[in-house]
Amino acid sequence: MKYLEAIGKYFIMIWEVFKKPTKWRIMKTLIFKEIDELIYGAMGIIIFISFFIGGVVTIQTALNLTNPLLPKSLIGFAARQSVILEFAPTFTSIIMAGKVGSYITSSIGTMRVTEQIDALEVMGINSLNYLVFPKIVATMLYPFAVAISMFVGILGGWVAAVFGGFAPSGDFIQGLQMDFDSYHVTYALIKSVVFAFVIATVPSFHGFYMTGGALDVGKASTTSFVWTSVVIIIVNYILTQLLLG
Amino acid sequence: MIEVENIHKSFGDNHVLKGISTRFDKGKTNLIIGQSGSGKTVFLKCLLGLFEPDEGNIYYNGQCYSELSAKEKRNLRQEMGMVFQGSALFDSMTVEGNVMFPLDMFTNQSLSEKQDRVDFVLKRVNLVDAHKRLPAEISGGMQKRVAIARAIVMNPKYLFCDEPNSGLDPKTAILIDNLIQEITQEYDITTVINTHDMNSVMEIGEKIIFLKNGHKEWEGTNMEIFKTDNEAVTDFVYSSELFKKVRQMYIEERN
Repeated sequence: MKYLEAIGKYFIMIWEVFKKPTKWRIMKTLIFKEIDELIYGAMGIIIFISFFIGGVVTIQTALNLTNPLLPKSLIGFAARQSVILEFAPTFTSIIMAGKVGSYITSSIGTMRVTEQIDALEVMGINSLNYLVFPKIVATMLYPFAVAISMFVGILGGWVAAVFGGFAPSGDFIQGLQMDFDSYHVTYALIKSVVFAFVIATVPSFHGFYMTGGALDVGKASTTSFVWTSVVIIIVNYILTQLLLG
Repeated sequence: MIEVENIHKSFGDNHVLKGISTRFDKGKTNLIIGQSGSGKTVFLKCLLGLFEPDEGNIYYNGQCYSELSAKEKRNLRQEMGMVFQGSALFDSMTVEGNVMFPLDMFTNQSLSEKQDRVDFVLKRVNLVDAHKRLPAEISGGMQKRVAIARAIVMNPKYLFCDEPNSGLDPKTAILIDNLIQEITQEYDITTVINTHDMNSVMEIGEKIIFLKNGHKEWEGTNMEIFKTDNEAVTDFVYSSELFKKVRQMYIEERN
């Protein structure tokens, strides 16, 4: 019952976010600020993780392809498929749920605890629109981050394959080009748009409706990370079934 | 002027406000006092429109709040200024940004016009060299003054203050009280202050209402509070030995 109530409250919150917009001149500034915080600020960790995940996937694939009849190009093929279909959109989103999600929950939660949200409401400002809408717009740029993650992940795989002596560069690149279906990239980018919406709204929900003091801000951030991850995993399953099934 | 007519507010089984009626006059500092848990904050939040009363009405210059449309409510809120207990300044903005915020949101003034207005109100609250500082870089008393400046920057008709001098030293607390009273009289604002600071009651309490367990137990002025025989009020206001002696001296002097 408690969960159903929370889900209902979440959708009411989403509805409120799009009502009574803040002045565009102000909103524009807020959106650019959020792009800087949520996307540009997360690029370092996305690139770092993607590079090494791509490398690890390649090494593990290479170590499991022990049959001499299997061509080395399969290493590139497997790395591409894993990175594009799952690691870049989903794995990166889980990392983002931790980094960006906890930032969103703690910043909005602190505003709640220190009555800054009440101050906005008293002024007659739609606080949900003011605080959450720019985050949603900013995270809509997340597919660009995922595209970069795909590129860096595959680059990491190539580096691991070539410099680790698992496959020659030519074979790896041939594997990357083998049976390439551009729809897989589309599928990954569609997923990342939905994940971006989840990453912006679920942590905002936990921050906005939190009660208590400073300690509860920390608790809300943890809860928000857990629920954002759970929602991403469930949505990932549903979207995969719908788009690839 | 704000008129409150028999308002009730409950949270689940907890009946917090039990039929409060009163009137807050224009140009006066109206104080709400009472022990913790007496319903002061809930009452103030009802006046601000943050909580909707379950029963009863609140009239702002004769307009019944519950009968206003959403747009009219928003417009009315722009006529309200609020000083929160913890100041509630926006951490990421400078002092100037905080004070300019309502002007940015609700006016189409040019930057120089807004700048002039911000300079004026900051000067009015005796803060002239803190424009570019962040809230975390200034003292509690200065934060309160910034909060007052932000509350009055839009020329409000109503000013609400929740414990405006809590956490301040006695001298700064009196300065803040006096500043609120001066502003109230100067701009003819209806000011409502939620406090349990007895210095404020004695200094600026032009009208005081005392809440107890969600009821209005007593109302009067800071002069009348000396003379009242209401036991709940005297127990609360004169809880310290010092205040008891002050009251005794006052009564003896009058006799």
